[in-house]
Amino acid sequence: MVARVQTWWTIFRICVEERLVYRGDFALGTLMRFLPIVTQIFLWTAVFAGAGKGAIVGYSQNDIIAYYLLTTITRAFASMPGLASGFARQVREGEIKKFMIQPIDVIGFLLLARVAHKIIYYAVALGPFALVFWLCRGYFTAGWPEPTVLAAFFASLTMAFLLGFFLELTIGMISFWFLEVSSLLFVYMLFNFFCSGHMFPLEILPQPWQGIVEFLPLKYLAYYPAAIFLGKVPPDELVRGLMIQAGWVLFFVIACRTALNAGYHRYSGYGG
Amino acid sequence: MSAIKIRNLQKSYRVYQKKEGLGASLAGLFRREYRTVDAVKGIDLDVEGGEFVAFLGPNGAGKTTTLKLLSGVISPSGGEATVLGHVPWRRENDYRRRFALVMGQKNQLWWDLPAQESFKLHQKIYRIDPADFARTRDELVDLLDIRRLLSQPVRELSLGERMKMELTAALLHSPEVLFLDEPTIGLDVVAQHNIQLFLKHYQKVRGITILLTSHYMKDIAALCKRVVVIARGEIVYDGSLAGIVDKFSGHKVLTVQFGGERMPGNLSRYGEVLEEVAPKARLRVDRGEIAKVLSAVLAEHAVDDVSVEDPPLEEVIAEMFARSSDGPAATDLQPVGM
Repeated sequence: MVARVQTWWTIFRICVEERLVYRGDFALGTLMRFLPIVTQIFLWTAVFAGAGKGAIVGYSQNDIIAYYLLTTITRAFASMPGLASGFARQVREGEIKKFMIQPIDVIGFLLLARVAHKIIYYAVALGPFALVFWLCRGYFTAGWPEPTVLAAFFASLTMAFLLGFFLELTIGMISFWFLEVSSLLFVYMLFNFFCSGHMFPLEILPQPWQGIVEFLPLKYLAYYPAAIFLGKVPPDELVRGLMIQAGWVLFFVIACRTALNAGYHRYSGYGG
Repeated sequence: MSAIKIRNLQKSYRVYQKKEGLGASLAGLFRREYRTVDAVKGIDLDVEGGEFVAFLGPNGAGKTTTLKLLSGVISPSGGEATVLGHVPWRRENDYRRRFALVMGQKNQLWWDLPAQESFKLHQKIYRIDPADFARTRDELVDLLDIRRLLSQPVRELSLGERMKMELTAALLHSPEVLFLDEPTIGLDVVAQHNIQLFLKHYQKVRGITILLTSHYMKDIAALCKRVVVIARGEIVYDGSLAGIVDKFSGHKVLTVQFGGERMPGNLSRYGEVLEEVAPKARLRVDRGEIAKVLSAVLAEHAVDDVSVEDPPLEEVIAEMFARSSDGPAATDLQPVGM
């Protein structure tokens, strides 16, 4: 067990070092992500001014901007840039062989690499995030949530990271069968954009879409943690919601492992 | 006991036959034709511990496929194989800690980081004792003369330097079996020579089992006592390098330096004339005829010097490959609907 932890720690450390190689690109990529926040605030201000209503589907203008700000945090946990496409490239170019030859688990390896990348990202983005939230503190009219709600928010955020990772890696593993997954990824991203609540609260969606997204895992990638924070999830439904999110994480952990085993089998049967 | 035991090992796979043109591409969306390629067709082989064996064969002969089978990257269509008592394609960690595969065209190191970081990662994933790790690493980097390059990102190394790093990374866990797939491909003569010297020394000192594929005859001549020739997925020869000439060349090269003023005419009656520059001539003579031809030449002409040699090894091998270079056998064509 000690040896295993030491291996994880070394992988994690090396991934951090690798992440820090291209400093300029990394800093620019991290900071540029804050720009859309400004445009979104203007957009929602204009929408509410045009509608002439105090609230849309139960969200006031302040609520909806607060919601959007919170989803930037959940997206920072759940989005996995380059994960599926990177895995597909490894399969296509044969780099995956390395993981078949060496005594190392590719899923565990990629998870640690992603944790390392995220931690570096948060370390750099913490300052700008804090500044943006401080400047926008007026939109959070209800103040800080209850400690239990805050705990549920962090639990949901952690699971959003795991769900995003395992869901996208499972898509990447389809490359064992089709080699090229970019079109599939595009479709996924499109659905994700609308059905995860990334751009607007899911209550805005018309029926039957609202009913459908209830049964999809995507809402746990952006909407759900933000809704918890804003008190939109009734306290008696919190545990049930978190259990369902955990269920989705488990489902994709199993799907990812199954896809890898089947993928290795197919890869090795085909010729490599 | 054999380190590697292979019995009737087979590997076939289907490849999509893409026809030319837009129409065929559209038709291919609905109905595709596949060809079954028998890359390895029932190989039997035993390799003892400590042997250095070369796999020789034209492109597509099945050499790399065999190495992939033995390293567990692919599974066979039939037959059996064990390496150090393990079935490779089960990919058990116990086996994966006992062998290494180095591919000349594939990079296993972290591209953006110095090689020493990849070495540290190997120490952990192969569970190498820190003292053993330091000793082996120092020994390898000194032998390969790469100490000064350890802290340089891999992407900034030359091809030869990178291969040295790849070899170091592969040998850190002291594998008992090493598979080398064209380790000197693309390297200049000096870098090739350095890698050869290193492999020869390392194998001799450590006594590990090595299977090597290479297109460079110099690699093979310098390193391997035993050569296995694979063509069209089958073993066609297993023995010494020199033995290839006896088996596959039906002729010898007779060089005669004539005495006197004039070169004799009509030399082609003795054999095929390869070169004729007075006073010397080189003739290609059938192996069975050599004694008769030699005594006739000596009896009929004034001769200052004479020599009988085997043809150059590379020539024999090129001839042998040419006879079997139609690529792996395609056994059937089967249309498959998508």
